[in-house]
Amino acid sequence: MPDQLIYAMEVSLNGLMAGVMYALVALGFVLIFKASGIFNFAQGVMALFAAMTLVGIQTGQVPFAHLINAVFGTQIHHFGWQIHSIVAIILTVGVMIALAWAVQRFIFQHLVGQEPIILFMATIGLAYLLEGVADLMWNSEIKKLDVCLADGTCLPQGINLAIDEATFNLFGYGFFVDNLDITATIIAIILVAALVAFSQYTKQGRAMRAVADDHQAALSVGVSLNYIWILVWSVAGFVALVAGIMWGAKSGVQFSLSLIALKALPVLMLGGFTSIPGAIVGGLIIGVGEKLFEFFMSSSDLAGALFGFTMNATENWFAYVLALIFLVFRPQGLFGEKIIERV
Amino acid sequence: MKMKFGTMAVAAVMAASPVMADLVFPSLSYRTGPFAAGGIPFADGYADYFTLLNERDGGIGGVMTRVPECETGYNTEKGVECYESTKGEGALVYQPLSTGITYQLIPKATADDIPVHSMGYGRTSAKNGAVFSHIFNYPANYWDGASGAINYLLETNGGDLAGKKIALIYHNSAFGKEPIRTLEGLAEKYGFSLIELAVDHPGQEQKSQWLQIRRERPDFVLMWGWGVMNQVAIQEAANIRYPMENFIGIWWSGSENDVLPAGDAATGYKALTFHGVGRDFPIYEDMQKYVMDAGLAAGAGDQMGTVLYNRGVYAAMLAAEAAKTAQEIHGVADITSGMMRDGMEALVITEAKMEELGMPNFGPEFAVSCENHGGDALIGMTQWDAATQTWTLISDYKPTDGDIINPLIEEDSMAYAAEAGIEPRC
Repeated sequence: MPDQLIYAMEVSLNGLMAGVMYALVALGFVLIFKASGIFNFAQGVMALFAAMTLVGIQTGQVPFAHLINAVFGTQIHHFGWQIHSIVAIILTVGVMIALAWAVQRFIFQHLVGQEPIILFMATIGLAYLLEGVADLMWNSEIKKLDVCLADGTCLPQGINLAIDEATFNLFGYGFFVDNLDITATIIAIILVAALVAFSQYTKQGRAMRAVADDHQAALSVGVSLNYIWILVWSVAGFVALVAGIMWGAKSGVQFSLSLIALKALPVLMLGGFTSIPGAIVGGLIIGVGEKLFEFFMSSSDLAGALFGFTMNATENWFAYVLALIFLVFRPQGLFGEKIIERV
Repeated sequence: MKMKFGTMAVAAVMAASPVMADLVFPSLSYRTGPFAAGGIPFADGYADYFTLLNERDGGIGGVMTRVPECETGYNTEKGVECYESTKGEGALVYQPLSTGITYQLIPKATADDIPVHSMGYGRTSAKNGAVFSHIFNYPANYWDGASGAINYLLETNGGDLAGKKIALIYHNSAFGKEPIRTLEGLAEKYGFSLIELAVDHPGQEQKSQWLQIRRERPDFVLMWGWGVMNQVAIQEAANIRYPMENFIGIWWSGSENDVLPAGDAATGYKALTFHGVGRDFPIYEDMQKYVMDAGLAAGAGDQMGTVLYNRGVYAAMLAAEAAKTAQEIHGVADITSGMMRDGMEALVITEAKMEELGMPNFGPEFAVSCENHGGDALIGMTQWDAATQTWTLISDYKPTDGDIINPLIEEDSMAYAAEAGIEPRC
């Protein structure tokens, strides 16, 4: 088998894994948009806030320590304890639920019935507010994220030796696949299965779907819009936490985490804003597409031989080009709901 | 003796002078946003050094210093706004701490007769003081960095890099592309091949680039990164088991922020530098006593000795020494920005002076002149040890390849002079 083909297979496999990471971010957008028609600009910042809160709780950091010290002249920074990852995750989920309640109570409850663009602008304000609160609460330092299970197993990183060995035996070249990406894939599968089960088989999930279909009809049969929207923002907060953990494990927990939202936009355009399977499939297509294109264009043996030049750093813009190509044929995205307006 | 006479003259003028204004050193800082982790320690170090001078020495030449801070968020537009809003306070020199802001300030500050010090960033060809009268980039620039890295590799590989493969992984921006021309020249001179790998902003996803590094197996990897790109690159290098001792970052890729997230796997990673690391310098005893213990620290007081804090301290020290030089040249303590420019252009940093300041071997010796605003281009190398969580200076400050760099500086600066209609001064 030609070397370039083998390398392309390795790149595709890594593209699939990267796609899962993009899909994890896109899922949060889809959940909120589907249930309330709000494009949540703050989803990336929610991932940042969740990850910072997790590390802060885990390491016993005093929230707002710098503010407290500046006002009262104290010198407190840590409570002096370390909390187990599982407990810290549960507590962080609690914080994200509180945030969902606050967002609904203080922002969106006052904007019911407003135009979508107003709701969108409110989420832009929310993004800035939340980023500032996260900074004040947990400070701007880059934090190392260690999420471990009860038996001491932590989030794995680095080459998966089994895949490396198996592919070496097959092709004479060992593929690199990051253990963290494999873990993210498994978690994403569990997460999507749980979300589907929740929306199909629980009373709250069915109410959520009813609101998504027609919130006025849902209201008329006694579904509390307020409650459902808090629920949806809470679930989106949980998804943001998962995305924050996975991306934070790669780069440390830092303010750049909020920019991961940029990787989700082409995924949403391609997969559709209202489809959970769309977010997954869109993520995979974008992941594989951008990685293969980068591989092809940066190779002197491929693009160099064909066009006489090579390019790199194509991934950011190519993801959008790919999404736009799909939009030409399916404006609602691959799995989005077709909007039919009768005149 | 000459120095002492100058100091006495300044003191005499001061004694006869009415109440003087502060010496103003604006700090265009970024304590918020995605790059805050890098901006905070620098801003703290910059402000704390001037606080130390005020508290310990009564300012510079008897005039108190003031450091008005303006938040740029590492955003070029905000940086220019900060410049405009603070220059009227009597600003003596600007340290924009961003290549983008520096480029915008080059014509503005020159017209306003205010010097700009872009230390280890900004427009490299500003080293040519004949063209860039108000821009200074001593003691080192990016092209010096590229040459310094290659010189280090030559030194540690028996002086021969012929046939070796060196990959450059860089932020896909003007900053990241800075070393390419120098490295191309050096590749031709020393016979190594150069692989260029761009990473798009912000750099959270670098799988393609590191898969390519894994396939092509370069002997060495150089990195021109900033922000999250650094942390991800070091983690990815660890993931593919790239030998860390063969991975060298520019000074903006060599702080604690960059290596801590990767944990033990980052041990051995190297970074270029033009200033000292750690807190084992006499000046930090004074800093502790007069600034930290007195509760006057600019930030939380927890950054002393970190790489970027030291860089802020070093930048402030160079500004203060230039102000002293200006006071001596003009015989007045209350200097203007134009006088400050003269002081910067006549700045001489010797080891004796550094020792006197409590900063022995904190930076290289250099001299600035009308033609040379970039100093003597001496570059050191540091290495990270995750076990002790410390950077260590593993190479003295050594000279770079002027044969390659100087013609490039001449070419680029003269092109700017032609474009801007500048007549070279000296």
